[in-house]
Amino acid sequence: MINTIWLVLLGGGILVAGFQCLGIDYSSASGLVMDPSFEPLTILTKGLFDSAKASVTLAMGLIGIMALWLGLMKIAEESGLVKLFAKAVRPILVRLFPDVPPDHPAMGAMVMNIAANMLGLGNAATPLGLKAMQELQTINKVKDTASDAMAMFMALNTSSVTLIPATVIGIRAAANASNPAEIIGPVIVATGVSTTVAILTIKALQKLPRFKLEVPEGEEG
Amino acid sequence: MFQGIINGVSAIAIPLLMLTIIIHGRYKQVKVYEVFTEGAKEGFDVAVRIIPYLVAILVAIGAFRSSGALDILTGLLTPLTSMIGMPGEVIPMALMRPLSGSGAIGIVSELINTYGADSLPARMAAVMEGSTETTFYVLAVYFGSVGIKKTRHALPAALLADLAGIISAVLVTQIMFG
Repeated sequence: MINTIWLVLLGGGILVAGFQCLGIDYSSASGLVMDPSFEPLTILTKGLFDSAKASVTLAMGLIGIMALWLGLMKIAEESGLVKLFAKAVRPILVRLFPDVPPDHPAMGAMVMNIAANMLGLGNAATPLGLKAMQELQTINKVKDTASDAMAMFMALNTSSVTLIPATVIGIRAAANASNPAEIIGPVIVATGVSTTVAILTIKALQKLPRFKLEVPEGEEG
Repeated sequence: MFQGIINGVSAIAIPLLMLTIIIHGRYKQVKVYEVFTEGAKEGFDVAVRIIPYLVAILVAIGAFRSSGALDILTGLLTPLTSMIGMPGEVIPMALMRPLSGSGAIGIVSELINTYGADSLPARMAAVMEGSTETTFYVLAVYFGSVGIKKTRHALPAALLADLAGIISAVLVTQIMFG
């Protein structure tokens, strides 16, 4: 599916820009004439290069914050704090992630990531989430394919379990909204619906033959 | 008052978490400085590892936006979205939210500037911003960081959840502020 979407986004974008270069001229026989400026395609090309550059800037910007949180997480792991966090919500975790051993460090990292998401702490959530993915990868049987636990964790993250949408409240406060925080109630309802749908869909889809995890011979267990 | 509490929680959460981690570490006799640097070393690797995935996703999304394909899709969807009470002005937000975090913030700000922070489109977009995530970015970064190429059912489930979140955002905003 990601291959198709990628193709549609990139290929569709290029085709749309290309078609915009075709100015319609009713006096010509074919009804079409090329726009000599080719401006849509020039804008597109510039946009492509800008996006490629921006990806590296984004990744570089992550280095410092990643290092900070991975360092702190290492302390929390060695002191046993991560395990304490995981223990507190174990009944929920074992249902969501039946394939992950309850004492595995992945559980603690996932709990901390979800807690950071709930509080709207984006800067902490991403490094903690990546840490959790690394831990999940250690118990993944097929290294280039998402495990059931990874897919569930991803879905929880993309559906965003938010209690305090800090960024958008900030924007509204800056714009002098009469009550910047009034959107919290609606946000909790909407995010609750999307998270429920995410969990149910993951559980339903992971059994379908189309998405079934294929473990190669000899790598079982 | 409520606003004050939220600001307080946001301000305190990270420093408090850090303090808890180092104090608890010290209490359990962890060599905090040495262990910190050991963990921090991995930061660079993770950031570099996600670059190819980020480039792939962001370039494709950039093409879709800068070509005007997103605007065309918005036009096509208008008759459908008006059925659930979503104003046309909010459609770009619904489409942009899973694709680009900064793009979505830009749309929220624009709607606030154009229609006012307390207008229905601005409120609806704000609820969408708060209740859904930048799905494609999260997918690229999280799976990319551990070299996962086959994402299986993660993307369809995430997109369906986004759709559910966006429809709920429209309905709840209509009920509360419409």
